[in-house]
Amino acid sequence: MMKQQTLFQGKLTREKDLFIPFIVAGDPDADKTVQYALRLQEAGADILELGVPYSDPLADGPVIQKAAKRALDAGMSLRKSVRMVPELRKAGVTIPIVIFTYYNPVLQYGHEAFIADLVENGVEGLLIPDLPLEESEELNVRTKEKDIELISLVAPTSDERIKRIAEQARGFLYCVSSLGVTGERKEMAPETLSFIEKVKEHSSVPVAVGFGISSNDQVRLMREHADGFIIGSKIVKLIEASLELEKNENEQAGLTFFSDELRKLVQE
Amino acid sequence: MLTSMPNHKGRYGDFGGKYVPETLMAPLEELEAALDEAMQDEEFLKQYEHDLKEYAGRPTPMTFADKLTAELGGAQIYLKREDLLHTGAHKLNNAIGQALLAKRMGKDKIIAETGAGQHGVASATVAAKLGLSCKVFMGEEDIRRQELNVFRMKLLGAEVISVSSGNGTLKDATNEAIRYWVANCEDHFYLIGSVVGPHPYPRMVRNFQRIIGDETKEQMTRNIDRIYACVGGGSNAIGMFYPFLEDEVELIGIEAAGKGVDTPDHAATLTKGTPGVIHGSLTYLMQDENGQIIEPYSISAGLDYPGIGPEHANLFKTKRVRYESITDDEALEAVKRLSRAEGIIPAIESAHAIAQAIKEAKEMSSDQTIVINVSGRGDKDMATLMEHFTEEGLK
Repeated sequence: MMKQQTLFQGKLTREKDLFIPFIVAGDPDADKTVQYALRLQEAGADILELGVPYSDPLADGPVIQKAAKRALDAGMSLRKSVRMVPELRKAGVTIPIVIFTYYNPVLQYGHEAFIADLVENGVEGLLIPDLPLEESEELNVRTKEKDIELISLVAPTSDERIKRIAEQARGFLYCVSSLGVTGERKEMAPETLSFIEKVKEHSSVPVAVGFGISSNDQVRLMREHADGFIIGSKIVKLIEASLELEKNENEQAGLTFFSDELRKLVQE
Repeated sequence: MLTSMPNHKGRYGDFGGKYVPETLMAPLEELEAALDEAMQDEEFLKQYEHDLKEYAGRPTPMTFADKLTAELGGAQIYLKREDLLHTGAHKLNNAIGQALLAKRMGKDKIIAETGAGQHGVASATVAAKLGLSCKVFMGEEDIRRQELNVFRMKLLGAEVISVSSGNGTLKDATNEAIRYWVANCEDHFYLIGSVVGPHPYPRMVRNFQRIIGDETKEQMTRNIDRIYACVGGGSNAIGMFYPFLEDEVELIGIEAAGKGVDTPDHAATLTKGTPGVIHGSLTYLMQDENGQIIEPYSISAGLDYPGIGPEHANLFKTKRVRYESITDDEALEAVKRLSRAEGIIPAIESAHAIAQAIKEAKEMSSDQTIVINVSGRGDKDMATLMEHFTEEGLK
C-alpha cells in the first residue's frame, strides 16, 4: 500500500529499520529516565515509547510490572510523565515521543485536558494497550485534530480484524509478535513472519513488531521482515542491571554498561 | 428498559464495554458468538437445567425465618437458601453454565480466579465432573485466609496458583488469570466468577445466575417489599435482582464497609468509588486521583474487590437499586445472630446482606415482607469466625 506521508508531524526521519525502545517513566526516577532516553537516542532509537507506570498493567509481564512499581513508589503519574517530555527535549532528545499508558489514568485525566497537555508538552504519539478499536473512537478523533498519532495494535488472534485495524492505523502499526504479555521470548514463533507479511499488506504506515524481542538475532530478523522493532522488557532489564552496577561502582559505569549492551543488542 | 441491557457493544448505560488488549478481542467475539448460539440451543439449555437440578440441588429452598422475624418484630423475613447449593454457595450456578459452554466450544482447559475460594471450588468441581483441566489463580493472602477451600480445590484435582503481586487478593488473582489467558487464549476458557470483566462476561454470568431471582419469584406467593443481597463483584445480587428489575420491589445491594467507609480499609466501591476501567470494563472502582487502583479491604475475601459489575454501576446511577454498606463487625454480629435465631451459619459475605436487612426489618411493619439472599454458607469462614469470636470470649 502507499505509505502515509509526514508521520509524527514529519519528525520521523525514515520509515524502515525503526528502532523503538520502551522505558518506564520515572524508573527509578525522573532524572535517570532522561539519562537513559539520551543513551537510547545515541544508540539509534527512532521513536521513544515512554511508558506510564500503572497499578494493574494487564498486558505486561513481570519485568515491566516491577519497573512500574518502582516508578509508582517514586511518585510517578500520567501527569508527571507527560510533563517530563519538555525535560527530555531540553536534555537533547529530539526523536518523536509516544506516551504509552493504560486507559484508566487517561479517563481520570479527562480526554480533553489530556490531549491539550500532550500538545502543550510536545508529545507526538499515544498508545493505549487496553483501548481496542471499538472503544477508541472519540480519542481517535481528538488526537487526529491535534496531529497526534494514536498507535493501533494487531495481535496474532486478530485475523479478519487486521484489515480494519491496519487501514486506519496512524504513526506506526504495533504488531504483537505472539500471544501473551510483554517479556522476553527465547524464540520467535515460526508463524510470526507470515503474520507480519499479512499485516504489511494492509498497512499504510510502518509495521513495527514488539513483545519478546530480546536478542540481536531477533533484531536482525525483524530488520529483515518488518519496518521496525519495539524492545521493552529487555531494555528495562538492562536498566535494572545498570542500576545495580551504579550501586556497586559508580553512575558512569552503569550508563556505559547500558550503552554497550544496547549497541550489541541492536547492531546490524 | 433495564432488562434489555446490555446493548450490542456490551454497554449498560455508560458502563461496561471491552477495554482489553487487542489479543483478547477475537477470543471475546468467539465467546459471544458461541454463547448466543448455545443460549438458543434447546439441548444446551436442557443440559444446564438438568445439571442444576440433579447435580447442584436446585431449586434451593425459601425459608421463612420465623424466629428472627419475631425477635425483630417488623417485616416478615424470608431467606433464599443459596447456602444449600452443592459446594456451598451460588457460584456453582455460573460455573456449570460456563463449563458446559467451554466444553461445547471444544476447550477442555479452564482457568478461574477466586477470592474467598467459592468460585475456585465451584470451578474445580465442574471441571472434575465434566473432565476438564482446571487452574485456579488465588491471591496469597486469600490462600492464607481460606485454607480450607484451597485444600478442597486440590482434592478436586485443580491446580491452585498463588499470586503474590499487589495485596495478594482477588484483584491481583484476576490480573494474573487475565495475563495467563492472553498467553493461552487459543485453547483455554476463562471462567470468570462474577459479573465483571469485558463484554460478554457480565451478561453471561448474570444469565447463568438469574435462576436465583426466577426461583424466588415462583416461590414467593406473597408480595415482596424489599430484597437484600451482598455485592462484591455482584453476581449473587444481579442473579437475584435481574428478574425483579421491572417490578415494584425495592432492591438493596450491600457492599463491604470493612473497618468503616471513612477509614482507608473498606471495599465500598459504589459508596466511595468513582467511574473508571478495571479488568476490561468501565464501572465504578476505588482509585486515587491519578487513576491508580486502590487495594480494598474487607474481612470477607469474597467482597474484597475494588471494582463492581458494570450493570450494578448502571443500577446505582439510575437509582433502580439502593446500595448500602456494612462493616466487618456488623457482618460478624449478623453471622452470630442468624446462627442462633435460625440455626443457619451464613458466609461472612452473605452476612453483610443479613445485617442490613436486620437494621431495616425492625423499622418495617409486620404486613411487609423482605427476602434476603443467603448467597453462601459459613463453613469456609470457620477459622476467621473462631479467631474473632474466641477473642470476644465465646466459649
